[in-house]
Amino acid sequence: MTGEFVIDIRNLTKRFGELVAVDHVALKVRRGEVFGFLGPNGSGKTTTIRMICGLLTPDEGEGTCLGYDVLTQSAEIQRRIGYMTQKFSLYEDLSIQENLLFIARMYQMKDPAALVEDTLDRLALTARRRQLAGNLSGGWKQRLALGACMLHEPDLLLLDEPTAGVDPKARRDFWDQIHLLATSGITVLVSTHYMDEAERCHRLAYLANGRLLATGTGPELIEQSGLATWRLAGSGVEAVSDQLKAMPGVETVTAFGTRLHISGADHAALEKTIASLRGRADLTMEQVQPGLEDVFIHFLSDAKEAA
Amino acid sequence: MARPRFSLTRLAGMIRKEFIQLQRDRLTFAMLIGIPMMQLILFGYAINADPKYLPAAIVQADDSEFSRSYLQALENTGYFNFIARVERREEVEHMFTAGEVLFVITIPEDFSRSLVRGERPAILLEVDATDPIAIGPAIAAVQTVTPAALNRDMEGVLQDLKAQPGPIDLRIHRRYNPENITQYNTVPGLIGVILTLTLVMVTAIALARERERGTLEYLYSMPLLPVEVMIGKITPFIVGAYIQVTIVLIAARVLFHVPILGSLWLLSLALILFIIVNLAIGFTLSTIVKTQLQASQMATFFFLPSILLSGFVFPFKGMPVWAQFIGEALPLTHFLRIVRGIMLKDAAAADIWPHIWPLMVILLVVSTVALKRYRATLD
Ligand SMILES: Nc1ncnc2c1ncn2[C@@H]1O[C@H](COP(=O)(O)OP(=O)(O)OP(=O)(O)O)[C@@H](O)[C@H]1O
Ligand SMILES: [Mg+2]
Repeated sequence: MTGEFVIDIRNLTKRFGELVAVDHVALKVRRGEVFGFLGPNGSGKTTTIRMICGLLTPDEGEGTCLGYDVLTQSAEIQRRIGYMTQKFSLYEDLSIQENLLFIARMYQMKDPAALVEDTLDRLALTARRRQLAGNLSGGWKQRLALGACMLHEPDLLLLDEPTAGVDPKARRDFWDQIHLLATSGITVLVSTHYMDEAERCHRLAYLANGRLLATGTGPELIEQSGLATWRLAGSGVEAVSDQLKAMPGVETVTAFGTRLHISGADHAALEKTIASLRGRADLTMEQVQPGLEDVFIHFLSDAKEAA
Repeated sequence: MARPRFSLTRLAGMIRKEFIQLQRDRLTFAMLIGIPMMQLILFGYAINADPKYLPAAIVQADDSEFSRSYLQALENTGYFNFIARVERREEVEHMFTAGEVLFVITIPEDFSRSLVRGERPAILLEVDATDPIAIGPAIAAVQTVTPAALNRDMEGVLQDLKAQPGPIDLRIHRRYNPENITQYNTVPGLIGVILTLTLVMVTAIALARERERGTLEYLYSMPLLPVEVMIGKITPFIVGAYIQVTIVLIAARVLFHVPILGSLWLLSLALILFIIVNLAIGFTLSTIVKTQLQASQMATFFFLPSILLSGFVFPFKGMPVWAQFIGEALPLTHFLRIVRGIMLKDAAAADIWPHIWPLMVILLVVSTVALKRYRATLD
């Protein structure tokens, strides 16, 4: 493999008619990295992933994936990546085992039967191997799809919201596995809407309206945002919540149960606002480290203002 | 508890939604207009139950005023188009087997001599009776004009010959289907019709189904070649098609007593070509359509002219030239000639070759389009 970057794309652009779904996006993903791909619905995550694996032709831009040209060498790329689609896309009218066998054959694996046997074992689906894939529950479909896209031992995994609808325990197991794979040198690009998952990624990219707003590690993104966050607790929280939103320096007010997170980039103004609440017996306040969620919401509102 | 009441607002909302969806589905909308238009044109202009101007060959061993006069009388009926004029009967046999002519009219060597002697010389009208409907009116016309055809030439001493039954002894020889059994024509043809209908439909649906179910995205993300997808998709249907053909052939033999005179091997060979052509057409349609519904509409759109302009329901030679032109581009047209030739006329490879190569050309064109259009991407 050439270079240290498994994915290295520049200016990647995709238009659907008037809509610019992906707008000059540049991404560099290192080998062995778990790279998180975040952004609100319709921000262009799926479209970007599809362009990387040759399912959509970019209108502009260039780049390499695993050292192969994204524009001209899709076949080489496809052989070496595992793509898990956002929508379940195994054959619902084939059994679990038949699906896996089909995929193993598509990638010309040496001993498809044995490979499928192993995979079934790993997924704990051996007993249900003859069940139609369409009859699996939502979470199990996800697990099967994930197992399927790793069947041919790809060098790069492109996972489009792999844990949507999966229970917490399975989600944790899944992420443990992702990290295990990363340790063994496999690169993972994973899109997600879950903050706890974002925190488990080595690096993150945040996309909004097709544009890349920020990239970096979690702490780097928090640093970049220049955000200050205060946590309010106490019985008076609900009463002040609405009025806070309109006060100077406050960008976002988010309720976490009985606590409020108040964030803003203008530290001085925010501090003044918080100070005005001091002295109320029913409120306690302390400055905290901004969470990724605060940061992303900040990025988003910034992008809206710019537009 | 209140019974649910009929609501006009709800109904109006439902109707409005359906209209909007119909508008969005451009292809369905186009078919709604396109199919009746096509039927109007096909039934109104292309199809002719009283086919005229049918191809005929003349074996004219006697070139006299009388024979010319008689042939002129036949031509004047409007039913014949003399496309070949030879002196020896053997020279036209292959045209007959290949279906290039439907009639062979033989005027014997000593025609005019026997005629003036009042010996009522025989004129042989051989008919390809495979399609009884196509030839019926033409035969009737010959029978009508023959007794009085030479009246103008029967002057002076020949005057007496005008008397009934006329100076010519017309002999009609129905080849291939002497008893005029319609099934002889339709049952072999059905093989082609059934294959066209089912094969084009199932393959047209094949890719659309994957697209609708969302499996196409995964399929396309795997390292498959377009040609692998295409061949993989159509192969199972080749097997299915052979089962269909076997059923129809057995039914033809057992239920309808249709003869199978020619070689089954030759028939199988022609079949495989025809099957592949249809599958390729279906596959091409599937690269155009987005949904299964559109696929079946497109298949219907293809099936309609196939059945009407191929010579299956209505005589091919009776259609106007433009319709024959379209007909020649349809695989069913050629396959009908092949299957009828082999089953009813014991046609050999050389006889059906004129209908084999057009199928090959169609296949070449269609697969090129399919592979050009087919792209393993979602855009
Ligand atoms: N085939 C298409 N035709 C037209 N527009 C499309 C097509 N595919 C995607 N889009 C549009 O492109 C934009 C980006 O879509 P995309 O699916 O990449 O978003 P996403 O980030 O994956 O969203 P989500 O988190 O909801 O999955 C959206 O506005 C979407 O409507
Ligand atoms: Mg998406």
